[in-house]
Amino acid sequence: MEGRVRIDEERCKGCAFCIEFCPKESIFLSEELNLKGYFVAAFDAAKGCNGCGICALMCPDVAIEVERG
Amino acid sequence: MKRLMSGNAALAEAAILSGCTAYFGYPITPQNELTEYMAKRMADAGGVFIQSESEIAAINMVLGAAATGARAMTSSSGPGISLKQEGISYLAADELPAVIVNMVRGGPGMGNISASQSDYLQATQGGGHGDYRTIVLAPGSVQELTEVVPLAFDLADKYRSPVIILGDGMLGQMMEPVDFDNLRRPPDYEKDYVLTGAKGRPARMIRSLIFDTKLQEEHNWKLFRKFQQMEQNEVRYETYLTDDAEMIVIAYGIGARIVRGAIKRLRQENLKVGLLRPITLWPFPAKALKEMAKTVNDFFVFEMSAGQMVQDVRLALEGKGHIHFYGRPGGVIPMPVELSRIISRHYYQEHFGGKRKKR
Amino acid sequence: MKTVYARPKLLKEAHFHYCPGCGHGIINRLLMEVIEEMGLQGEAVCVAPAGCGMLLYNYFEIDVIESAHGRGSAVATGIKRVRPDTLVFSYQGDGDLAAIGTAEGFHAANRGENITVIFVNNGVYGMTGGQMAPTTLLDQVTTTTPAGRDSVLAGHPVRICEVFSMLDGTSYLERVAVNKPAAVIKTKKAITKAFRRQLDGCGFSLVEILAPCPTNWKMGPHEACVWIDEVMSKQFPLGVVKEVPCT
Repeated sequence: MEGRVRIDEERCKGCAFCIEFCPKESIFLSEELNLKGYFVAAFDAAKGCNGCGICALMCPDVAIEVERG
Repeated sequence: MKRLMSGNAALAEAAILSGCTAYFGYPITPQNELTEYMAKRMADAGGVFIQSESEIAAINMVLGAAATGARAMTSSSGPGISLKQEGISYLAADELPAVIVNMVRGGPGMGNISASQSDYLQATQGGGHGDYRTIVLAPGSVQELTEVVPLAFDLADKYRSPVIILGDGMLGQMMEPVDFDNLRRPPDYEKDYVLTGAKGRPARMIRSLIFDTKLQEEHNWKLFRKFQQMEQNEVRYETYLTDDAEMIVIAYGIGARIVRGAIKRLRQENLKVGLLRPITLWPFPAKALKEMAKTVNDFFVFEMSAGQMVQDVRLALEGKGHIHFYGRPGGVIPMPVELSRIISRHYYQEHFGGKRKKR
Repeated sequence: MKTVYARPKLLKEAHFHYCPGCGHGIINRLLMEVIEEMGLQGEAVCVAPAGCGMLLYNYFEIDVIESAHGRGSAVATGIKRVRPDTLVFSYQGDGDLAAIGTAEGFHAANRGENITVIFVNNGVYGMTGGQMAPTTLLDQVTTTTPAGRDSVLAGHPVRICEVFSMLDGTSYLERVAVNKPAAVIKTKKAITKAFRRQLDGCGFSLVEILAPCPTNWKMGPHEACVWIDEVMSKQFPLGVVKEVPCT
């Protein structure tokens, strides 16, 4: 199973729930600032995401979409 | 067919016949018979009745019911009406129809359970916060109580706004013959704003929070235009022996009834006294009063309070004529003979003072 | 690749105004997920509170009415009694339900009104800047308890589920949290169960949700989630507090 995570950067508030709870450490806090002024979460495809969806489950801003295949 | 009923019961019956399907109320004297009548009658009629835990809960249940399209009503007195003010403000802001009945008692504070007219300002000047008005209907008899009820529901639906029926403890308790034969159920209005579940239509919202001050201002002006329409179209009043009157007494509700009795005595002594009885306290019949000031300059305001409607009389007359105020607060109900003596004393004082305009 | 997680269709496009790591965001999303999955968009009516959750009508693609502070349970009662075939739920914070609205909540529960109360407990008044709530813990520092909540001066934290469980009119009361994945899944299940029970006419249900308020707890989002586990849930134990078989 391989997963892909898409993060809506403008919705993200850098709360880091997705980062804290990801079992594969596939998400990290980037140095990109969005229009709201937050450092946004970013997806690292090289870390072996399995599409578990925990990041989207925890995101309070509904900024994350997850695909699996 | 005439039935002997108390005002409270007649009011409740008239509400059911007007299509009221939801009533929420909390016991408070002197309107308990209304709540009790509704408990039985609403169940028979298949509507919703809840004895709520407080008057605050009742007005908010009315709000919820009105939001789903029901003809909803609550009733209370004094302290309970004070509790409802926030809810009434929300009803006006949300543009929801509702009827609120106040059977006024002695006040302020706990007051007493006798009839008085001390909630006039609260009802007409908007007891709750914000820029809004409510139509206030003041019946003067048990029969008239039944007549203002369908009118209240109709106006509430027509303008999408709360309407207040301002009765009093005496009107509520007294028993008179009443018939409902001429009561016409107000028509059903199309309500495209009600919340019923967004089935096959876009979701709706009912809310009054408007952070953007420009939008909030526009909403206020929109409401204001409604209130202007009410002022133009909904003034109601009655006159009694005013055609040749040299003194006009202004009184409403049970006060007007006492004044009528007084005037009957005074006319026997050839005192030319007439009565202007506002039926809508808001909008106040200012134009009619101002018209009378063209030929009359002696105005006598009687209220069962320390003086509330007299302010509206002063505003309406805009400095014309003399205004004499006589008030009895605290739940005191003067007899017609008592009032006739006081009116005639003032009449003669004005006469011998040479101040009265002759006709 | 197939989509495992996407934005619920019943959430409008507007960005949430909530703080980073706020529990409201998760709960708002769960509610719309559940209503979408149960196909109840045509039946749902939500009563929004005063508080951080007051802007629900900007997010929910269902009928929503704003209520005065604390009155949500009374407004919900009025709606449900007139239209019993709607799904009516009020969304109330710890000020809305446990302070100003306690009488209305208590009595709606006592009458066994067939509504669902979603009670968001974050132990503090968020919208107004972090004052003490009835659910604030002892010794917890807030803007109106700068020295920490002292029971002599300010009373004890209120356990709404337990209090309401004493009323014969209540039928399903569960306390959950949204501070970690397992908890979020349990919360979604509780909401689904409460709505299912309402549709089956089981009577009054309440789901109390411990939610992080990082801003007013003066913690980072993750720290707030840990605090719920280590401190808050000791005062407010998670689990089903009451469940009456539905007749």
